[in-house]
Amino acid sequence: MAIIMAKYRVVSINSIRFERTQLKFYIVLLPFLVVVILPIIYIVCSAFKPMEELLAYPPKFFTYRPTLENFTKLFEASDNTAFPMSLYLFNSVTVTIAVVIFGMLFSAAAAYALSKLHFKGRELISKVNTVSMMFVATAVSIPRYLIIKYVGLLDTFWINIVPLLATPVVVFLLKQFIDQVPDTLIEAAKMEGASDYRILFRIIMPIIRPALATSTIVLFQNAWNNTEASNLFINRDSLKTFAFYMNSLSMSENGVAGLGLAAASALIMFVPNIVLFMLMQSRVMNTMAHSGLK
Amino acid sequence: MKRNILDKYSHAFLLAPFLLSFLIFILLPILIAICLSFTNFNGVQFPDFVFLDNYIRVFTNDSTFLTKILPNTILYAVIVGPGGYLLSFFMAWVLSQLTKVPRTILAILLYSPSMTAGVTVTTIWRILFSGDRTGYLNYALLQFGIIEEPISWLQSEQFLLPIMILVALWSSMGIGFLSILSGMLNVNQELYEAAHLDGIRNRFQEVIYVTIPSIRPQMLFGAVMAIVNTFNSAGLGVQLSGSNPTPGYAGSLIANHIDDFGYIRYEMGYAAALSVILLLIIWLTSRVAYRLFEDKE
Repeated sequence: MAIIMAKYRVVSINSIRFERTQLKFYIVLLPFLVVVILPIIYIVCSAFKPMEELLAYPPKFFTYRPTLENFTKLFEASDNTAFPMSLYLFNSVTVTIAVVIFGMLFSAAAAYALSKLHFKGRELISKVNTVSMMFVATAVSIPRYLIIKYVGLLDTFWINIVPLLATPVVVFLLKQFIDQVPDTLIEAAKMEGASDYRILFRIIMPIIRPALATSTIVLFQNAWNNTEASNLFINRDSLKTFAFYMNSLSMSENGVAGLGLAAASALIMFVPNIVLFMLMQSRVMNTMAHSGLK
Repeated sequence: MKRNILDKYSHAFLLAPFLLSFLIFILLPILIAICLSFTNFNGVQFPDFVFLDNYIRVFTNDSTFLTKILPNTILYAVIVGPGGYLLSFFMAWVLSQLTKVPRTILAILLYSPSMTAGVTVTTIWRILFSGDRTGYLNYALLQFGIIEEPISWLQSEQFLLPIMILVALWSSMGIGFLSILSGMLNVNQELYEAAHLDGIRNRFQEVIYVTIPSIRPQMLFGAVMAIVNTFNSAGLGVQLSGSNPTPGYAGSLIANHIDDFGYIRYEMGYAAALSVILLLIIWLTSRVAYRLFEDKE
């Protein structure tokens, strides 16, 4: 037994200690990591480059005299437009907070009903929801436009928020997590006279906190990065979002001069995403263990 | 009395907010797309029924669709879907062999490109592949004497699609990757020991006989997410080249063709038929994934 073990270690998944045999995995990872990270490092460097480094030929990858020039210019550039950049930022923050809070409440309530309550059509709704995880909004943006026009949400602030509230993958992840909660716990609470609403807020929500963190991430990314509503459903500039504004800014300035601005705006978009994910990653991994589809 | 109604129909009250937005923004658009696909509709006048004309036109009369859009979409989907999926699986497997702290850091790094939706993606890659001699790729290739003249990569019919595929693969390690990784970390260690006693002798056998069967549900979730990502990122060609249609339709996929007809030419019936075809393609590919990974018991 021991002889075979020396050749091939049985349990290797989720190692506790570093061992030299793990080195080969680092070596395999290295080229992939370089390809993945270089563009991101590049964005960070370009965002802090002064003009003469941006114009330098041959082009330089790293920055040697980092400045905040691009960021100040970005904020100044917005002075020429009708609205200050802070307005777009305010719009985006409002939209994102609303989508995260209401999206989570709606999804948690639906997931609890689908997981623990008994009613006609429960299986069917769960199935339809699972199939809808494959929904690609861009495929049906025209019917969506027609509906939004018909219900009178066209060119309103609401349209930034409302379409993002139904996110099937969030309901799915929450439901998978709630399925793990023992029925006896809920029955006991019902014996004590607790209503379903009380059970949801007092028992289920605290237990599924890791899954709620994961939904926060998914909903945040959907809302913060969203340009669809501003692009297609909104005309008035004052209602558009930061992501849209950044997008149009980085597209309008072509050539090297716009490069620094584009990089700075990309960085502003990217940082909240990564910070939030880093804060919540352990809870996300916890949720993902239950993400399996059967 | 009021309290009673609230409690008796609690499932309905709990489901209603989600279900309502689900019906309005997800289910209804699909149904409308199906209905509109049988009509001629310019967005203003009432649609008139033409039955299968739009579909017949797609497959017999739209030469751009048949010679550019469809082959582009198939090539893109076949490489980005399974390619991104295999990449996610392989990276997750390698990471699962490491200790916790480096694994966490590396997982965050590998996941980060998938967060760079829209703006960031476009910016980075437009600069790296910029068409003049100051573009990084052009500079490097000129320097090594591989090319004589700078190439305008993103305007080139030859290079646009490969660059799109590269960018899509770069950002393919998203939520499905996390799911697979997490599944692997939670495989019961005793299974590996038991398999070893049963005569498994190397890592490859371990993956085939223990890991994959144990994480089949996570792999199916990952596959569905890979399919969604593939078709969601379909706007890349337009974002990178800055125009719809893309130069010579080289980077145009079905999603761009839909926008082209719907928002630029106002042939919404025809665009709806294209939407239905796209949704069918997505649904069929997911059926394949289910066939592969569904529990066989």
